[in-house]
Amino acid sequence: MKARFMKRTAAALAAVGALALGMGAAQAADPLKVGFVYVGPVGDFGYSYQHDQGRKAVEEKFGDKVKTTFVESVPEGADAERVIRQLAQTGNDLIFTTSFGFMNPTIKVAKQFPNVKFEHATGYKRADNVATYAARFYEGRYVAGVIAGKMTKSNIIGYVGSFPIPEVVRGINSFMRGAWSVNPDVKVKIVWVNSWYDPGKEGDAAKALIDQGADIMVQHTDSPAPLQVAENRGIKGFGQASDMIKFAPKAQMTAIVDHWDKYYIDRVQAVMDGTWKSEDTWDGLKEGMVHMAPFTNMPDDVAALAKETEDKIASGDIKIFAGPIYDQAGELRVKEGEVAPDEMLLGMDWYIKGIDAELPK
Amino acid sequence: MDWIVPFILTVITASTPLLLAATGELITEKSGVLNLGVEGMMLIGAIAGFAITASTGSATLGIMAAALAGMATSLVFAFLTLTLMANQVATGLALTIFGVGISALVGSGFVGFAIDPLPALNIPVIRDIPVIGPILFGQDFLVYFSIFMVLASGWFLTRTRAGLILKAVGDSHDSAHAIGYNVIRIRYMATLFGGAMSGLGGAYLSLAYTPMWAENMTAGRGWIALALVVFATWRPGRLLGGAYMFGCISVLQLHAQSAGINVPSQFMSMLPYLATVVVLVIISSDYTKIRLNAPACIGKAFRPAQ
Repeated sequence: MKARFMKRTAAALAAVGALALGMGAAQAADPLKVGFVYVGPVGDFGYSYQHDQGRKAVEEKFGDKVKTTFVESVPEGADAERVIRQLAQTGNDLIFTTSFGFMNPTIKVAKQFPNVKFEHATGYKRADNVATYAARFYEGRYVAGVIAGKMTKSNIIGYVGSFPIPEVVRGINSFMRGAWSVNPDVKVKIVWVNSWYDPGKEGDAAKALIDQGADIMVQHTDSPAPLQVAENRGIKGFGQASDMIKFAPKAQMTAIVDHWDKYYIDRVQAVMDGTWKSEDTWDGLKEGMVHMAPFTNMPDDVAALAKETEDKIASGDIKIFAGPIYDQAGELRVKEGEVAPDEMLLGMDWYIKGIDAELPK
Repeated sequence: MDWIVPFILTVITASTPLLLAATGELITEKSGVLNLGVEGMMLIGAIAGFAITASTGSATLGIMAAALAGMATSLVFAFLTLTLMANQVATGLALTIFGVGISALVGSGFVGFAIDPLPALNIPVIRDIPVIGPILFGQDFLVYFSIFMVLASGWFLTRTRAGLILKAVGDSHDSAHAIGYNVIRIRYMATLFGGAMSGLGGAYLSLAYTPMWAENMTAGRGWIALALVVFATWRPGRLLGGAYMFGCISVLQLHAQSAGINVPSQFMSMLPYLATVVVLVIISSDYTKIRLNAPACIGKAFRPAQ
């Protein structure tokens, strides 16, 4: 009995020793392990697909020096925490969690793994080892709004939303400010599908909107279904997160494309150099984190105006949320001569004045 | 009121996959077999139809592949439950889980493919009659097929000898066996028919409804189809009405939202099940009512007497 116990202890000690040695070696030669958690399938040709393009860019850039892992179609909920913890336990040094709903699980797991670095997309909670990053998609939505304002004949925009979270609400506000800048008569109808990725439901929502007179389709959900419906019904629309032109060659006017390559490469480099810090990055058209797919299916003058709008947002000549801005209740939220600060944008849970819809709580 | 016609068109597309799968399940259950694997068979049909259509460019081949794939899946179920006498409920649930997994595996290579939606059989001239033209004559093949099949099933069950035998097998397999009918063979055929129809229901989703493949794209419609069979108290006529009612509920919710009426979407997605529970309570409150329609031997394994 005693001999066996001794044997076991010796074995355990040996294992610990080997582990310590192994860890030492890891710092010297082993590749940096980077994990990615996606909310949709990498083949969604939308949001998760673009993140995966970023991951591939990291692999291409660093070759043998990194080893990337991804987990796709992770539901926002209890499963997410399990997946993130799993990635942390299996030795990933840097983990990107790429959807808003992963925020609390990321923070929770990060507390238990202080030596692992986390990056959470589109959220607002940070910690010493949790950085946040997001793209100013809303800048692209303003450009889309300008195009929609010019192109609509019925003056009704159909908007398929996922969840009423600040990111999506901000997108709607920005889109409408763009639309109203060229056409004050535009109205928006919004349908929430309570999912990021449910092609059937997204498509039905798009049909319902078209049935009620919408002739421009905008979506803040990740599948190409609403755009496909637009194509079949002969109206125009915009791609989301990725260039979706092949799903709607006659309908897509442009798409708001996320471009994560540079950010992911920079952050991996920072970990390698030991300069990684927890910070918040929020880049847009100017830095190239957001860019517009080619302007198609519209007259040249509208395309020229769209290009001009895009350039002006990048250069700072157009400030999308410049005051005065009132909310639906008529309360002045941003004063004349001021610009809405990022904190306000990040927590935006109110519609601007003129949007004739009720925000679900 | 010009939204009425498009609204009805949307309801038709939302109801068709439910109707196809539920018609198949109704015949299966009438023979005394409870196959809870509808969701899985639909998914397998959806990916089979999509994969073949995307690779060959022919929607006809795709539809046939979907029916065959659904049938093949149900054959596994039939073999396990009818030949090996496995428990039907457990096997059906396993079939659903299996279908979710294998369709995702096969489908991973087809995510992001674009295909043309199933063409509508626009019948010239009458297609242009206002209101009823687009509704009655502007649909795709599977819509007409689904309505034809549910009516044909009604006729089959009540007006043909084979239908009466099928019901006899479902109501009392021992008696049917005693007077010389091959219970197992009849149940095999009914189960295969159910599989083929579920496969077609899935194909309708991936070929016509949203012409693409997405993991788990049935999103619970197989379960609604199962609920629908009970809701319709195993009667094809009521099944037709029920399918359109369930389709209507799911579309109505989205219309209500875009019209500015706020109804919690979670409440609406609960409604089909709630309606089914209500029907279950009503039919089981009166024993004679459930006896009339529910197959008495449903879910029971049949062992031929030695």
